[in-house]
Amino acid sequence: MMPFKIDILWTDAVFFVLLASIFILIFFQRKQMKHARWTQVFKNKVGMSSAVVLFFYLCIAFLDSLHFRPELSQRLPNQETLYATQVESVLDLILSPLDVQMETTYAAPFATTSFAEEPHLVQGQVVYDFEPLRYTAEHIPPDTPTLTEISHIMRAALPMTGLLTAVTLVVIFFLVTLGSPTRIKALFIRIIRPAPRGVCWRTFMITWVLMLFLCTTLYYLSRHYHIFGTDKIGQDVFYQAVKSIRTGVMIGTLTTLVMLPFALLMGTLAGYFRGVIDDVIQYTYTTLSSIPSILLIAASVLILEVFMNQHAQWFASTAARADARLFALCVILGLTSWTSLCRLIRAETLKLRELDYVLAAQALGVRNLMIILKHIFPNLLHIILITIVLDFSGLVLAEAVLSYIGVGVDPSMQSFGNMINSARLELAREPTVWWPLAAAFIFMFVLVLAANLFADTVRDALDPRKAG
Amino acid sequence: MWAYIIRRILYAIPILIGVNLLTFLLFFVVNTPQDMAVVHLGDRYVTQEAIDRWIVTNGYDKPTFYNPKAQGIDKISDTLFYQQSMRLFTFNFGTSDTGREIGHDISERMWPSLALAIPSLLLGLGLNVILALLMVLFRGTQIDTWGVTICVALMSISGLFFIITGQYVLAKLFKWVPISGYESGLSAIKFLALPVLVSVIAGIGSGVRWYRTLFLEEINKDYVRTARAKGLSDIAILFKHVLKNALIPILTGVVVLIPSLFLGSLLLESFFAIPGLGSYTIDAIRAQDFAIVRSMVFLGSVLYILGLLLTDISYTLVDPRVRLN
Repeated sequence: MMPFKIDILWTDAVFFVLLASIFILIFFQRKQMKHARWTQVFKNKVGMSSAVVLFFYLCIAFLDSLHFRPELSQRLPNQETLYATQVESVLDLILSPLDVQMETTYAAPFATTSFAEEPHLVQGQVVYDFEPLRYTAEHIPPDTPTLTEISHIMRAALPMTGLLTAVTLVVIFFLVTLGSPTRIKALFIRIIRPAPRGVCWRTFMITWVLMLFLCTTLYYLSRHYHIFGTDKIGQDVFYQAVKSIRTGVMIGTLTTLVMLPFALLMGTLAGYFRGVIDDVIQYTYTTLSSIPSILLIAASVLILEVFMNQHAQWFASTAARADARLFALCVILGLTSWTSLCRLIRAETLKLRELDYVLAAQALGVRNLMIILKHIFPNLLHIILITIVLDFSGLVLAEAVLSYIGVGVDPSMQSFGNMINSARLELAREPTVWWPLAAAFIFMFVLVLAANLFADTVRDALDPRKAG
Repeated sequence: MWAYIIRRILYAIPILIGVNLLTFLLFFVVNTPQDMAVVHLGDRYVTQEAIDRWIVTNGYDKPTFYNPKAQGIDKISDTLFYQQSMRLFTFNFGTSDTGREIGHDISERMWPSLALAIPSLLLGLGLNVILALLMVLFRGTQIDTWGVTICVALMSISGLFFIITGQYVLAKLFKWVPISGYESGLSAIKFLALPVLVSVIAGIGSGVRWYRTLFLEEINKDYVRTARAKGLSDIAILFKHVLKNALIPILTGVVVLIPSLFLGSLLLESFFAIPGLGSYTIDAIRAQDFAIVRSMVFLGSVLYILGLLLTDISYTLVDPRVRLN
């Protein structure tokens, strides 16, 4: 009997399906991949390093998507095992005990005492004094200077970084070369002496080691300190920022995934068959796109809220409810943003259907469905790939704005938007509380910057105008 | 030309009806008036009579699309859809949940919105085009590479960051401008300076990059080579010839921006407490005032369609080769 119960939420399921299909695609296409144009991305230093950063973000999102409910220690008289109503993720497990609220109120980054003076009773008199923080007091010997302690911890993290680097690199090199000694030798030569047009293995190594070092160091530091301080109710800000990654990644990936089938189907139908179908589809997307998207999203989310309040009994826990809302938000964002992709695909299909090989297929009596599947779809792939990566960063940024307006993810869910929203008045305090905002903006900036750079290289690699 | 404009306006009507139908479906069919009444009256201590009374006073008790009891044309006009949605075509927006006339509110709040949006758009456009031209002038050098890098970095920063740090640094630390608020007349300038600055800076990243690619496409064309052969300076070529020839895509880009100005001003107005349409909409969304949201959706689509029409007309002004028919 397992001491926990696996809980798969809606977005988890879709995310897993997405990851699985990517893996299957790569596995079956690995022969053709060598010459595929998108592998150019990894021959670009910027493309390679941003891909590695994005991969780390994806891993965190993945760890945070493995949800379960731990077993409770109490049991009912009939010996039935009870599970907690609170859903936890593997990431919570790794980061615990940061997920519980430890301090009473604000604490600055790396502080060992409370941020504001707190009242004490000393010999019948109220004295205001800085209180030692509960969390750091447990882990740090008193009276050590913070910098000495930090460098001490960072040094302690080094062996772990080395170990992780060694293990992960061995696994990756094995996967890439499939254990063939000649390939391994070629790979090592490439790392030491990079070829001018080859895959940037050296850049990969450097970024990989740096990211691993960053992750382990932050992890080790978080065992002793509140790296980004604590917020108003004493919760660790670093933990919140790490948890927000999943929300951002989910919105960025699932939205495009939801919108893709719609846009693809409508766009190819309109472009291929033209006539009445084209008119109807064009009318639909002109109508949709003429509504300012932010208003359409706001209206849909308002309606969604009312709807979810009416059917509160559908959701087993607050996490399930928040997750359903996240999924619905992705669907809404997808339904309001498919129009531009649809327009692109329609225009491209209009061009493709006049090409000789399509005309030849038609003359030979190939069915329309087969022509679309065999001749049209493969030639639309580059547009789709570019859209997926280009939209990602915009969607992560949009989440913050939507949550600020109040039509974003559930207020109980950790997200960059909710973090910024709850912390935006704290700059007006005296003395200023800047760390929750700083943490949210830094984590978001790195994610969006990596996504933007990656998108640029993908576009450069796939854009037919640049092929040559 | 006039025939074209009239045809475009006629073509807009089915689209606006579609917009209306969509918002109507969203607001009245997915959620029944019963649900909305519960939202407004609170679901704890509410009686069925109170709900019924709310539905009747707000005029939500009519049949949805077709009224079999009424006579003649009223069969269609005395319905929820006609009463709630079609009257928007006459710009009769009705009253909000707080009992205020929405049309009056909009006509009042329009001016602060424009006072913010127009300077932001013009200043942003001017600055972006100049910076992009400079980057094209220095193309292939370190300046260009760093310019592009800075643009990508700026693009990756959330707009909220610019607003929040702008308020903190310029208004709170240096006290150059008030943190938020608004006054009508000339004194509005000191309230608008910071939001305009923030919106210009937030737009630089994507703007400069976009214009740079536009200009780079133009720079390889024949007329540029001719101009250079004539012995014109690089600056003269860029600011006279290239800029003129790139006007069409610039215009398209600017008009495409107009509906998204809504989003920008939505945030800016709410952060800087400017009583414009953006903050009006945000307040309505937060108060779940569906009547206002519906009116703003309609107004937004009308403006968008108008923007598209204006783009087409502006083409004829900029490029004599374009004929509308």
